[in-house]
Amino acid sequence: MAEPIISIRGLEKKFQSKNSEVYALKGINLDIHQGDIFGIIGRSGAGKSTLVRCINMLERPTGGQVLFEGKDLCRLPECDLREARRSMGMIFQQFNLLMQRTAEENVCFPLELTGTPRETARKRAAELLELVGLSKRASSYPSQLSGGQKQRVAIARALATNPKVLLCDEATSALDPSTTASILALIKDINRRLGITAVVITHEMSVIEKICSHVAIIAGGKIAETGPVEEVFYHPRTEAARTMVMPEALDPERLPQGRVVRIVFTGSSSLEPVIGNMILDCGRPLSILYSDLREIDGAVCGQMVLQLPDDAEACERIYAFAASRGLELEDMKHV
Amino acid sequence: MFDAQMIAMLWEGVVDTIYMTVVSTFLSYVFGMVLGVLLVICRRDGIWPRPVLYGVLDVVVNLTRSFPFLILMIAVIPFTRFLVGTTIGNNATIVPLVIAAAPFVARLIEASLLEVDSGVVEAAQSMGASTWQIIAKVLLPEALPSLLNGSAVAAITILGYSAMSGAVGGGGLGKLAIMYGYNRYQTDIMFATIVLLIIIVQLFQMLGNWATKRSDKRLF
Ligand SMILES: Nc1ncnc2c1ncn2[C@@H]1O[C@H](COP(=O)(O)OP(=O)(O)OP(=O)(O)O)[C@@H](O)[C@H]1O
Ligand SMILES: [Mg+2]
Repeated sequence: MAEPIISIRGLEKKFQSKNSEVYALKGINLDIHQGDIFGIIGRSGAGKSTLVRCINMLERPTGGQVLFEGKDLCRLPECDLREARRSMGMIFQQFNLLMQRTAEENVCFPLELTGTPRETARKRAAELLELVGLSKRASSYPSQLSGGQKQRVAIARALATNPKVLLCDEATSALDPSTTASILALIKDINRRLGITAVVITHEMSVIEKICSHVAIIAGGKIAETGPVEEVFYHPRTEAARTMVMPEALDPERLPQGRVVRIVFTGSSSLEPVIGNMILDCGRPLSILYSDLREIDGAVCGQMVLQLPDDAEACERIYAFAASRGLELEDMKHV
Repeated sequence: MFDAQMIAMLWEGVVDTIYMTVVSTFLSYVFGMVLGVLLVICRRDGIWPRPVLYGVLDVVVNLTRSFPFLILMIAVIPFTRFLVGTTIGNNATIVPLVIAAAPFVARLIEASLLEVDSGVVEAAQSMGASTWQIIAKVLLPEALPSLLNGSAVAAITILGYSAMSGAVGGGGLGKLAIMYGYNRYQTDIMFATIVLLIIIVQLFQMLGNWATKRSDKRLF
């Protein structure tokens, strides 16, 4: 495989206060490749923001390396670091737009920093506002824009210097679900059309599922698991990953009596009503305890948790039926 | 009640007071701006952390601010004479006014700049902005409404100091109030100077409010 565009090696961040020290990050290793949409998910306080801020040195790591296109950013002199930062756009949960500038002037801001002539900058700003669908609001001030529109301006601004990477720290956490969906679609579109690598920080599974190709699960300042999204989400190998990925309803402690299994649909199954046919085949009712199936490009993706009937023969038929459809039943009680 | 000569004198007082106030406010902002910006960027979590420099400036500002103005004015007399060649009159008053007001202005500017959302500063850093660029293109423009609001406060405070300076050789309305109102018991003149001072204060405040509102793009 090609060299990763961002490679994190043994990254450590220690916060020192008067009488205590906190390790926000410890021994982080990650490779992010050109063109990936790389998700980083974790609970509040897991160290997500600290991690993404270490990537562009807004936070100085206390150990390890952050290699961007092979250069170690931790050891770069100030002016080279500023140069490198221009290749990495960043967007934030609170948008962080300049409140005293119009949308267009906000997009021009990073270009002013590099001394781009005014006319060139304005042309570029117009293109970018077009790209994010806000041409009509070019002369509006942030206070006149909705949250979703503000984030679009922020995205346009982050793209102004033609970055190779877009860092998104909880970029949709302050938005409602439908606005979130449209911003995510925009990020995906930018990734596809401009080939920009995106690093997406979030605490929501749905964000990762919608747009990410790869994911890392972070817990307690360490990477619990990392890999392609389907692999990590549907076949978590570590306890930390499992608790992150499994909905609370599936806590083993809370499951009902009897046999409970999980079926993962990874897009290979057809649209056949699998569960319906399964019930018909075994002749017994099944309860569905949890399901988050979605149809993506004509294939079924997601997971479903079923409570099987007590009778052994019916169970056998169910296992046989599942096997014939290439589905794997995972026993939830013995995980 | 007032003859033409008296009115001319009062008018001259008004002009002198406004002259001293405006020039002193301007000069206080020249020095206060440098100090105020340093107080913001040098703090431990600032964009140019220099804790020792911050500590020194902090103490210097507090020391200057704790001097009562009249005492300060007398204390800097040799310096005033060295700079303007005299210790009485408008220009001589400007020297202590600036020395007293600059640290006060620095604190006003510091407070305004600290109001700027740290997230916006961070966004600028993430775009590769240098310390200078952050000061010139983020901190000052984003704080502009608050800075203008502060400048009205500063001008009014300096106006008050300038009136006080009338007691020890300063010019303007303060001098008239002391000379006629206090020393010669002409209460009508004292009253007139007070009314004029109130009007000037009102004007400064209205101008400040108007400029603040006009410059703020967050209000719609
Ligand atoms: N400046 C700081 N000083 C001390 N401790 C800090 C500092 N910043 C973060 N931490 C600690 O580091 C840990 C990780 O913080 P971080 O902000 O990265 O979490 P997060 O995963 O982004 O959480 P959230 O989802 O709430 O944003 C937390 O325990 C936090 O208390
Ligand atoms: Mg965070």
